[in-house]
Amino acid sequence: MIGGDLFDFWVGPFYVGFFGVTTVFFTVIGVALIVYGAALGPTWNIWRISIAPPDLSYGLYMAPLAEGGLWQIITICATGAFVSWALREVEICRKLGIGYHVPVAFGVAIFAYVTLVVFRPLLLGAWGHGFPYGIFSHLDWVSNVGYQYLHFHYNPAHMLAISFFFTTTLALAMHGGLVLSAANPGRSRTDSRQQGTVKTPEWEDTFFRDVVGYSIGTLGIHRLGLLLALNAAFWSAVCIVISGPFWTKGWPQWWNWWLDLPFWS
Amino acid sequence: MRLWIPLSIAAAGSLVLAMLVMPDWDMPPKQTEQLGYRGTGMNIIRDMEDEAALKAANVVPEPPYEADPSGPPIAIIYENIQVLGHLSEDEHNRLMTAFTEWVAPEEEGCNFCHNPDNMASDEKYQKVVARRMIQMTQAINANWQSHVLETGVTCYTCHRGETVPPNTWSRDTGPQPTGGYIGYRAGQNVVAKYAGTTALPQNHLEAFLLGDEPIAVHSQTAFPTGANTTDLTNAENSFALMIHMSEALGVGCVTCHNTRALDDWDQSPPQRVTAWHGIRMAREINKTYIEPLTSVVPKDRLGPEGDILKVSCATCHNSVQKPLYGVAMLKDYLKSFGAVTSAPITGAPTIVDTPPIDRPPAGETAITPPAEEAAITPPAAVGDDAAGAVPPASITDAPTVVDTPPIDGPPQPAAAPAAADGGDAAGAVPPAPITGAPTVVDTPPIDGPPQPVQ
Repeated sequence: MIGGDLFDFWVGPFYVGFFGVTTVFFTVIGVALIVYGAALGPTWNIWRISIAPPDLSYGLYMAPLAEGGLWQIITICATGAFVSWALREVEICRKLGIGYHVPVAFGVAIFAYVTLVVFRPLLLGAWGHGFPYGIFSHLDWVSNVGYQYLHFHYNPAHMLAISFFFTTTLALAMHGGLVLSAANPGRSRTDSRQQGTVKTPEWEDTFFRDVVGYSIGTLGIHRLGLLLALNAAFWSAVCIVISGPFWTKGWPQWWNWWLDLPFWS
Repeated sequence: MRLWIPLSIAAAGSLVLAMLVMPDWDMPPKQTEQLGYRGTGMNIIRDMEDEAALKAANVVPEPPYEADPSGPPIAIIYENIQVLGHLSEDEHNRLMTAFTEWVAPEEEGCNFCHNPDNMASDEKYQKVVARRMIQMTQAINANWQSHVLETGVTCYTCHRGETVPPNTWSRDTGPQPTGGYIGYRAGQNVVAKYAGTTALPQNHLEAFLLGDEPIAVHSQTAFPTGANTTDLTNAENSFALMIHMSEALGVGCVTCHNTRALDDWDQSPPQRVTAWHGIRMAREINKTYIEPLTSVVPKDRLGPEGDILKVSCATCHNSVQKPLYGVAMLKDYLKSFGAVTSAPITGAPTIVDTPPIDRPPAGETAITPPAEEAAITPPAAVGDDAAGAVPPASITDAPTVVDTPPIDGPPQPAAAPAAADGGDAAGAVPPAPITGAPTVVDTPPIDGPPQPVQ
């Protein structure tokens, strides 16, 4: 894509390419800065290391390194590394002549991350609205940001995202179970000393037609899985970007529109 | 005919349209404020238009005029002046003028409370209620500086020009009472008016702001030890109260809590201490001043379940963290509302033409100091008939001390405050007895001032 044949080689099994190099570049700098930030911090406890964003008072300006500047540069590095990785996937897709489904899907995950640390802070006018980079600290951030809206389970986009996450795991479990049941049929029904014959997808389709009257089919189940998973990540991004920039009250109050419908109000 | 396809598309489309159009969405930019250490997510984000509207709706009215403090006290001029007898005639008249602006309906004016043919008469219930409310206002300003500081309160803090304050509460059991074992819903799963229109318990205010059920439900150990006897119903009740407080003050949970450890005073912002005292204050107001008026006000002034309209956090705050944006209205009415000028409240007043009572001189007003353990050494009963009546100071004791009726005993000198006994009591600081001029008494919790988050 960029740079022609620049870095067009493999290292062992791994294709490098131009974007492999940029991935390594951003990753090395980003991880080094995280380690530097941890060294500045009060602990080496892996759970409690935290690289926090700047104070809100810095707005959309750069902050000193030890007061959130590290977080800003690490965010640039992380975004650069994620996007490079997606573009490296694109290059591999082009070489193989296949569709771009995998990089597109990864792009939705990147979109969710960038929404959290770039789009929402931009809309609110300060980088300090991003989440801190730390295992415990980012969970604390999630808790506090959620409780700012009193009861986050009333957030309609959060409801959708959760439903899609759960449905994704349900679909994956059913799909995996069905494939394994056809590929590992257990002992033969006629001769218990023999393994049963491995079955084709027609058996899988028939199972679901018998159970629920419909089978989505071998290709369709993967379309469905991709749709469910992408929606989960997409609505996660929506549920946080509307919290603050587009809604400042408690989320329970949002549902007053339902109570105010003319049918019963 | 596959009619269901266009029909379901139309239904889904109108639902999406309703979600986009009907809610009161707020567009950027926003007004933000950082409350905790950077990156903890402890920020307040406010909508600028909403905030401007709130500011416009919460403006303190100017006093009618500058009152002349000279002249004899009105107690010797007028009959039946029980609580405001120390004012000069001009001060008294100015206050009465302010009352008509703050509380009385415009068309009725003075006659809302007074019989114009006999101003001294207590025949109108409004006058009896007004006197009790003046006593309440004095008690809040004198005894509850832990919550109202020197900003204090006046009638207007709650009434806002209306006869009944815009934000009150009463028992709420609708749409149908919670049943026995079948259909028992613990007050939940309906639109809770006083819990931010959530499905949380609808009657939590009765448990916490009239009763004194414990609010803290947090366990102090990782595994159950049997020490914490609260269950999910208690937790839902407490959550409902917290939602009410947030909605009443126009804030989120993080104004008082770092939600990683909701119970931990050390990690909580100092506002939580003020709020802790506020819960106790609202409880005393309802118990001592409001509920005894149930027999005095007419039936149509009561709630649908026959209980009187009571005070919640929203009654004063009206969606603003500091009522009226922290402007001290009391400073213009300090002589009227700054100190307790009558005997302690005992039970319900009566609507009769009461003759003036003997008042103790101002200075000697009896306020009992907080006792070390009210259950063991209760404050001495003040007045001749104290049965069932709790002097204001005794209610502000440690939270574990619940509504102990005073027993005859020697007055306890100012004793050491009750030691923190864990749980809700960690921030329990009994207010010091009020002596003389008001001072700011914003005592931090016993285990040290809350620290910002690490």
